[in-house]
Amino acid sequence: MLTFTLRRLNLFIFTMFLLTLLSFSLSFLFPGEQLINISGQVNATPEQLIILGEHYQTQSNVFQQYFAYVNMLFHGDLGISMASQLSISTEIMNFLPATIELTLVALFIAMLFGIPIGFIAAINHRKATDNIILSISMIGYSIPVFWLGLLAILVFSIQLGWLPSAGQISLLFEIEHVTGIQFIDILLSNSPYKWQAFQDASAHIFLPACVIALAPATIFVRLARSAMMEVLESQYIRAAKAKGLSFRQIIYHHAIRNAMVHVIRDVGLQFANLVTIAMVTEVIFSWPGIGRWLIESIYQRDHTAIQGGLLALSAFIFIVHIVTDFIYAALNPLARESRHGT
Amino acid sequence: MSILAVKQHIFKAMLLPFLCVISACNTENDKSLSNHSIVYCSEGSPESFNPQTVTSGTTIDATSNQLYNRLISFRGEQNTIAPSLAKSWHVTRDGKMITFYLRKDVAFHQTNYFTPTRFFNADDVLFSFNRILSAEHPFHQVSGGKYPFFQSVSFSNVVQSIEKINDYTIRFKFKYADSSILANIASDFAVILSKEYADALVLKNIKREIDTLPIGTGPFKLKEYRPGAYIRYAPHQDYWDKPSSLEQLIFDITPSSIGRLTKLLAGECDVIAFPIAHEKIKSKPELELEEVTSFNVGYLGFNTVKPPFNNVNVRQAVALAVNKQAIIDTVYQSKADMAHSLLPKTSWAYNKSTLAQTYDLSEAKKLLVDAGFPDGFTMNLWALPVQRAYNPDAITMAKLIQADLKKIGIKVLIENSLDMGSFLEQLSKGEHQSVLLGWSADHFDPDNFFTPLLSCSSAKSGNNRTFWCNEDFDDLLQQALETTNVTQRKRFYSRALAIISTEVPLIPIAHSKRFQARKNIVKGEFLSPFGGIDFSKASKN
Repeated sequence: MLTFTLRRLNLFIFTMFLLTLLSFSLSFLFPGEQLINISGQVNATPEQLIILGEHYQTQSNVFQQYFAYVNMLFHGDLGISMASQLSISTEIMNFLPATIELTLVALFIAMLFGIPIGFIAAINHRKATDNIILSISMIGYSIPVFWLGLLAILVFSIQLGWLPSAGQISLLFEIEHVTGIQFIDILLSNSPYKWQAFQDASAHIFLPACVIALAPATIFVRLARSAMMEVLESQYIRAAKAKGLSFRQIIYHHAIRNAMVHVIRDVGLQFANLVTIAMVTEVIFSWPGIGRWLIESIYQRDHTAIQGGLLALSAFIFIVHIVTDFIYAALNPLARESRHGT
Repeated sequence: MSILAVKQHIFKAMLLPFLCVISACNTENDKSLSNHSIVYCSEGSPESFNPQTVTSGTTIDATSNQLYNRLISFRGEQNTIAPSLAKSWHVTRDGKMITFYLRKDVAFHQTNYFTPTRFFNADDVLFSFNRILSAEHPFHQVSGGKYPFFQSVSFSNVVQSIEKINDYTIRFKFKYADSSILANIASDFAVILSKEYADALVLKNIKREIDTLPIGTGPFKLKEYRPGAYIRYAPHQDYWDKPSSLEQLIFDITPSSIGRLTKLLAGECDVIAFPIAHEKIKSKPELELEEVTSFNVGYLGFNTVKPPFNNVNVRQAVALAVNKQAIIDTVYQSKADMAHSLLPKTSWAYNKSTLAQTYDLSEAKKLLVDAGFPDGFTMNLWALPVQRAYNPDAITMAKLIQADLKKIGIKVLIENSLDMGSFLEQLSKGEHQSVLLGWSADHFDPDNFFTPLLSCSSAKSGNNRTFWCNEDFDDLLQQALETTNVTQRKRFYSRALAIISTEVPLIPIAHSKRFQARKNIVKGEFLSPFGGIDFSKASKN
């Protein structure tokens, strides 16, 4: 397990090195002055610029500049946003939790529906059920997310009026921003309308989360299906059959757990995909998350925000990867011993 | 119990609260909060919370009538001037002195950033107006020292002094009689601030907060503001007039018009500004569409000090080549009146006989040849990609004009990359050649269309974006202000309109109608033909 952990840590450090290198070079590649791109101080006076230049060691060579930059990053200083003049780290702390909340709920929905349906398909391999599930999941996977999002708003918000179309919670409720994860903030707040706020937040998250969940859910269907089929053909299942266990016992006691191990491993891989889909969905549903913030920053040519946002988002995805790797390793002892890092 | 059954139970137990939550199991309570709140989906963020320092309609909507009161205000169908913070007033016969008798027991807002210890009195009036009038006033330079409305009506030239007679009596003395002065004092910009709050800010050395964390006497007080997201107002419990029955008033800032429509249809907004898809809204029984013919004008203005538009023939040629009808049909979707002059038809000074430029391409070409541009030229046209009351879509309008002018050989480059702040700033420096702008009147007096837009004084302050300065025209405006005789004033304004139509510093294009959509359950009048929206009498049932 120690080797496993060290290997992941090693990978993490190397990836972060490459990411910071990329984000550092972006400040040179973006149009405009490098010092302003990296610090976001568009309105700085000449005196302030000199002080900033000392911080970022602009007089020294590129390597020292890079180390100065990384040093600033370690102190949590990602510069300030060119558009809002707020510090990037504050902005990220404001927006990232909303994205985490949305993607986790979406992931939960995708797993809740995708995995069982995949298992059902595998159990009914080469039957009508299997074919229907596969075709539907193919269609689901092919639908572009921006179209699905608009369609969902059109049907469920405009035509039926069941669900709200924008935002995280109705503005009627005053929920103090503590963690940024709306559900936790609601539970922490002392609003007399707590329960209503909770309902309202759930209604708000339902539609965007379902839209995000569709594509990963179809992938989980296929992953779960092939994992289950593989397990069902393995020796120990045959042995269980020979022992005379009922089909139900075989599935619930032996097959599901072993198939799940394979699926969990790919959840981490799906997460990057999920975040990409979430970024587009956030724009459609006006979700106050980091994806929408990043896309707005691109529109406003807010170079500092783009660098900081990319760094934060990719670090976040990478951390999720590592966490799922650990979960996988905990579930599957074989993985801990595997020789090559993934 | 079999394993399958257990799993099914777990599944159900997990799903039930979820379904319950999204289908709103107890709708009883839900109504209680939304029943006492109004969510207004507005079209943009306010630039400031002090209407003295701005002209934009978005800011006025969010601040003037919600947070503040004026000494006097407009009331009723006829828009007569009625008491507000001043319970009565007296104008001397020569029109050079007005005495206001102030209301007592008017409380300022109590918020988490300020607690007032005294009621409103004459000091607050002195403070509010001296801030605008006197360049030495400690608060004059806060937020840039610009008071565009007051500069545009030459307020400091008219007012000689303001005197406090006692705590509840204040006297304005004027250098000369100006018949529009009461209308100016009643306009949305002439709000009364708290001197006590200002003094407290001076002590803490955070003077600029006076315009960002406002304290007023109005029906609502500011609770929370997140730029680009929302403004949250709470009712002012000790409001001197009838306090609002609402628990909350929320401005949900939604710049996209499709976004606002969606939120209205999905029930997230109670009232929306500038709705699109009018037929769709009318087809819903629970929604209502309102319209008022606004006191405004959308125009194409020329920078008359820069070539080629310093040549009157060129300006006239462009005026003849612009197809206004096509613009009204496309940009306003026929929901506007074509502008024949600067003044809308509903103004009492409107004159039918003023000659409007008609669409005539051959005449336009001839004028261009006379002006020395037989092969045309290239010009820039500035347009702001923000929806305004007088112009719902300046970019489309610019493209139509581009196509129109191509026919007489003029190549138009559309400049639309600036945000509102820098757009207005560069305009006042005169960096444009021509611009699509407009004006929403602040009150019923016709002078409000002339002096702020085209007078020499506003050309100096940069507010007259055409930089056109004509002494005859200014004299006419001056004469019209010196008399209170309506027939005489009308005559002066007719002549002023005639000068505009021959000199063409700008081409009036349309007088738009202002629309607003709301749910039926929202009661009360809050849309007026001029000035900002007013939620003080809005309620819900």
